[in-house]
Amino acid sequence: MSAAGDDSALPPSGDPSGLGPELQPSLIDRYGWAQRAEGILAPILTTVLAFLVGGLVVLVTTGKNPVTTYRAIFEGAGLSWFFEVGNHEIGLPFSDAKVWFPWNVNDIDSLAAVNLQQTLIVTTTLVLTGLAVAFAFRCGLFNIGGQGQYIVGSIWAVWIGSSFDGMNPFLHITLAIVVATLAGAAWAGIAGFLKATVGAHEVISTIMLNWIAIWVGSFLFGLGGPLQNDAQSSVPISNDIVESAKLPILWGDPLLQGLHTGIFFAIAALVVYWAVLNRTTLGYGVRAVGFNPEGARYGGISVRRNYFLAMAISGAFAGIAGAIDVLGWQFRLATGDIQSSQLGFIGIAVALLGRNTAVGVFLSALLFGSLVTGTSTRNLDPEVFQPELAFNLTLLIQGLVVLFVGADLIVLWFLRRLRTRVSA
Amino acid sequence: MTSVALPVAARMPHGLRRVAWIGIAIGIVAAWMALPPLTLRSWVPSLVLALIAVMLGIGVAIRGERRFGGFAIASGLFGFGIAFAATLSSVGKLESVVVWSALLAAMLRFATPLAFASLGGMFSERSGVVNIGLEGMMLMGAFFGIMGADKLDSWWLGLLVGVLAGGAAAFVHAVWAIHLQADQIVSGTAINFLAVGLTGYLFIDIYGTEGTPTDIPSIPDVHLGFLGDGFVGDIFGQLNLMIWIAIILVPLTWAIMFKTPIGLRIRACGEHPRAADTVGISVYGVRYAAVTLSGMLAAAGGAYLSIGFVNSFNENMTAGRGFIALAALIFGNWRPFGAAAACLLFGFSSALAQRLPEYSQSASVLFQALPYVLTLIAVAGVIGRSIPPAAVGRPYRKQ
Repeated sequence: MSAAGDDSALPPSGDPSGLGPELQPSLIDRYGWAQRAEGILAPILTTVLAFLVGGLVVLVTTGKNPVTTYRAIFEGAGLSWFFEVGNHEIGLPFSDAKVWFPWNVNDIDSLAAVNLQQTLIVTTTLVLTGLAVAFAFRCGLFNIGGQGQYIVGSIWAVWIGSSFDGMNPFLHITLAIVVATLAGAAWAGIAGFLKATVGAHEVISTIMLNWIAIWVGSFLFGLGGPLQNDAQSSVPISNDIVESAKLPILWGDPLLQGLHTGIFFAIAALVVYWAVLNRTTLGYGVRAVGFNPEGARYGGISVRRNYFLAMAISGAFAGIAGAIDVLGWQFRLATGDIQSSQLGFIGIAVALLGRNTAVGVFLSALLFGSLVTGTSTRNLDPEVFQPELAFNLTLLIQGLVVLFVGADLIVLWFLRRLRTRVSA
Repeated sequence: MTSVALPVAARMPHGLRRVAWIGIAIGIVAAWMALPPLTLRSWVPSLVLALIAVMLGIGVAIRGERRFGGFAIASGLFGFGIAFAATLSSVGKLESVVVWSALLAAMLRFATPLAFASLGGMFSERSGVVNIGLEGMMLMGAFFGIMGADKLDSWWLGLLVGVLAGGAAAFVHAVWAIHLQADQIVSGTAINFLAVGLTGYLFIDIYGTEGTPTDIPSIPDVHLGFLGDGFVGDIFGQLNLMIWIAIILVPLTWAIMFKTPIGLRIRACGEHPRAADTVGISVYGVRYAAVTLSGMLAAAGGAYLSIGFVNSFNENMTAGRGFIALAALIFGNWRPFGAAAACLLFGFSSALAQRLPEYSQSASVLFQALPYVLTLIAVAGVIGRSIPPAAVGRPYRKQ
């Protein structure tokens, strides 16, 4: 895996020859298709391989059938909901009109629907933490500090969300998200600034910033801390956010953590990510530095400026993720949440598996969102597999995915053999 | 550098570096004056000394020794900061927090796992392979060390199992970095994630939620009764065996790295692999050996953590120590004594963080961030940049 992401990034997607579809040389066309197919096949192969090894671990350590375990995780993630296809209707936003829809969205409290809502909540977060890694990667930086930037964002969101009672909900939510975004950007910006000015390696500085964020958060909400709950002085938890700061529920029972409107932020972030990288001067600079810093410098692009901006924008994505989790379903932060949260780290696997493209990040966020939800203590059937064990299985599969993404040589070799066999 | 042994006087720092060292020492004295046993209650003398240290540092930095000049400036600034903070505190509290013998012994305890990982990382990086996976290798050592000690009922077999597990993780990293020519940062990160997942999985699978049993054989302490109950005896009288091994390992690594053909080969692979290949050194062989050794050393540090220090295991217990060790390696300019000094500095900050809650119970959690903040400041390189081995992080392709 090259640090700059996939090969189709430059020149911008579209017609590279500029001749129009009819006149395009078929050779280049076919080459492009082959490359694109490899771009899709390689991650799929990586995932399959990781699941196979994970299944082997399950078989060896517990003697349980891996297929049954994976099936239970699948059920726990609520993905079976998609197989209930029928004639249903969905209301269009801002109107009373209804149109045909293959799935029953009025089903808000069947087990599959509730599980799927959970999966989509986690997917929302993972899209954003994945983008936080992907954006920096496109600039040749490895941001493994998504966790810390996420925590900083959630701390600011919970503070603003629990203050300013009685504010206009729209303003309140906007304020909380904007401040959390800026906080995440600033936190990552420290690492970007250090990289740009003194060349401090971003991996070490972002990891240190993660731990600093964790301990600062634990201090703020811990017993005797300045932001600890006003009513219960013996619980290490923040104040609850007020009603006006809660994101509206889109699908599901508000009392059971339904899917909140934060998912629109994730979708918007994907569009923004794609547009900024592929359609703006800023994105061009970021990608140019990612491909070759020396070359970019020679071409008159400021490498330092782009290092700083890429990290800050990355941190902004992670900061939004933190805010949306707090305003959408957590509503409060306990010190335990801060110390045990893993969603920022899983963003790394999401970005790497998604090859740092917007579509790829979305799909792999859905995969890991399903895994995280499907292996949670709440959703996994303990009869089939011990949930505490299963969450570590998720972490294991995540590690294997990152490992196999690094081994693109094996995957490419395998694909090449496959192709020669098919053509022979 | 000649291999002829120079007299001690000629080895002492000279010229600008000597001035810088004097500045560093003055900065330390500025802090020390305000602390027990002297406990001056005014910060004015410290300020005077700190200013002298800073001015010496600036003078040295302007004349070209920027790195050591920076150290002297930092020493002066921190020295005055500590002295000023100490004068604000009551004498009683100062005397209960700043117990030098206890602080220094704790510093050695905290620095030991870092030193193992840092020296390990030096072998890997000097041979040209970046090892971000030190953290994961430590974690492997910590878990498999305690599991081995529990199942085989012997601390040294446990240590062996831990070291082998760390070596295995490092070998995977080596295959990825050397033969698969993978991005070494990505594969190192993968090792870290895999270690968290694997050790967490096996921990729950074997020990469940109750955690490791309390009667696991642990690495013994070395009792040196003849040192007595004085200052020296309090520090060195009852240290763990692994601390002594770490102390021996530092000069040993220096000797291997800079005084033997093996070290020369390792460094050649890290600086100019093509040249090393040309003269008949197996670059792949050296790198495999160096990376695997680095994992084994890091795992020894992890095993010390679980069966020498806290005598239990919990998920992700290394808590970023592998990365701090890596930072110590960079801060120490990829040299054993420099890295060891950095480990002692980070170890001291951990030891101090452990005793500071005396001042404020609620802020005690905040003090936990101290080693990480210090590491961040160190890698920021505000006080001088380090120069890595020339070929570090670049896969070598045979021709």
